[in-house]
Amino acid sequence: MTRVLVIGAGPAGLAAAAAARARGASVILLDAADVLGGQYWRHLPAERPAADERILHHGWSTFTALRDRLEADAGCEIITGAQVWAIEAGTDAAPTVHALIGPADGGRRRGRSFTPDAVVFATGAHDRTLPFPGWDLPGVFTAGAAQAFAKGERVAVGHRVVVAGAGPFLLPVAASLAQTGARVLGVYEASRTSGLLRGWLPKPWQLLGSAKKGGELAGYVGNHVRNRIPYRLGRAVIAAHGTERVEAVTIARLDAGWAPIPGTERRIAADAVCVSHGFTPRLELPIAAGCRVTGDGFISVDAAQRSSVPGVYAAGEITGIGGADAALAEGGVAGHCAAGGDPSDPALRTTVRARDNASGFAARIEAAHGIRPGWQSWLGDDTIVCRCEEVPYGRLRDIAHDTCSSGLRSLKLSTRAGLGICQGRICGRTVEHLLGTAGGADPVRSDRRPIAAPVRIGELAATLSPQEPIEHVQGKGTNV
Amino acid sequence: MAARLLPFGDDRARPAAPTPIEISVDGVTATGVAGQSIAGVLLASGRLDWRRTSSAGAPRGLFCGIGVCFDCIVTVNGDRDVRACMRRAADGDEVLSQHDSLPEVTA
Repeated sequence: MTRVLVIGAGPAGLAAAAAARARGASVILLDAADVLGGQYWRHLPAERPAADERILHHGWSTFTALRDRLEADAGCEIITGAQVWAIEAGTDAAPTVHALIGPADGGRRRGRSFTPDAVVFATGAHDRTLPFPGWDLPGVFTAGAAQAFAKGERVAVGHRVVVAGAGPFLLPVAASLAQTGARVLGVYEASRTSGLLRGWLPKPWQLLGSAKKGGELAGYVGNHVRNRIPYRLGRAVIAAHGTERVEAVTIARLDAGWAPIPGTERRIAADAVCVSHGFTPRLELPIAAGCRVTGDGFISVDAAQRSSVPGVYAAGEITGIGGADAALAEGGVAGHCAAGGDPSDPALRTTVRARDNASGFAARIEAAHGIRPGWQSWLGDDTIVCRCEEVPYGRLRDIAHDTCSSGLRSLKLSTRAGLGICQGRICGRTVEHLLGTAGGADPVRSDRRPIAAPVRIGELAATLSPQEPIEHVQGKGTNV
Repeated sequence: MAARLLPFGDDRARPAAPTPIEISVDGVTATGVAGQSIAGVLLASGRLDWRRTSSAGAPRGLFCGIGVCFDCIVTVNGDRDVRACMRRAADGDEVLSQHDSLPEVTA
């Protein structure tokens, strides 16, 4: 029996696990969180059951059906609280996967290693937030944080909240905040009408075509109307103000290239700002497995969702930001093929068609909402770019200039940008952009992280020599 | 007013009555509900920041909310560098905020 390991239990990973089981493989499904669903179906924990939880979600019944089916299936081992920290690339074989299992970042997690026949990476994406003056103040959150705490805890991150950035994700975030009791002062989308038309007009059915997507959009719009949330195009939060916390933001109109138009700045009081300019795929695990990355920074896959490495598959946002429907379809194809199937199998016809219909969605989002270079003009010399190491823009620019840096690695070492505890996850692509190396000119991408998560020395020792008694080492987690 | 937990009676998702829990944060009791993350308990108890950065000593709290940025790290029951957004709060948890100053260089 083929043994398939699926990493990530959001839409793509759940679909992959179900499809691999349907094709007869034994499956192990890992997720770092302690519940299934990923960020898309982030939900209330078992301690807080809600009778009408479905109203907080899209496709909730799809999730509960997948979850219930996998949980009832003896052929699928579900391991939550599993932090994968290293991948050892195999030679002519799927990689070995090392995980620590237990409460998040706890000191007594148990190490476990997996040597499956095939791996499906479904690690998803996190918000990409561009820096602006004051974005390091408490009260500035990613839009994903607002969404996670609204849906997963019923906590609104603020009372008077501004939502800003770019992309369709801003709308459900505003809706969730309103449903959690926050007053959303406005949603400020950086793209202008012309940009949205350029992105969506050639194939508007990709936004509105399916009844489901149309229903989603209508739901958001209805929610906006009900809650009187203004949705303003061509505007951005270009600064947050406050000393110990956010007290106000400056919003400005942008030109088509996202440069603020002088004289249009307006300051409004707010106690929370939720900002997302798109998504960054979580690539470190597939990169460690040796998977080829495309020039625009996603895992390269074929029609079977197979990566460049034998036995390694990828699905969902790491192959292109396409949303949950694309992720479900890609996961279905990846799981089926990882279990020994082929994309041409009749059983997979509907899934392959759904996947192919969803392709192009990512390109439409990029055309309509993609980051434009003018944002760099809202940076001040003292605007923090790397939050962990507190590296300001002026220092980064000057050192890059003085040292003629053209490589990310040398700039990291000379400025420390990207070397902090988040391992460049937040600022990596921003630094690449500022340095002008985005797009693959520099082979040393900021996404390369041989140790994928901080690991304590004691846990590492226990993992490497499991026969030794596990001694808990008190001290700072290593950040390799 | 800032962050707050939606009272369960006002919630259209119709959650069951929550179970209260208590954790200690820098020696002060904070009340939350079972199943919340430590960051959720902190935010809903009116605390927006709980870490000071090493270089500038600037305040930080929740930022990414999904375990990516590490801005929200705290010490929980003696374990350092625990992401408050990822760890569920357990009744009786002892949470300490962190400020890791840079090592001093001496001649």
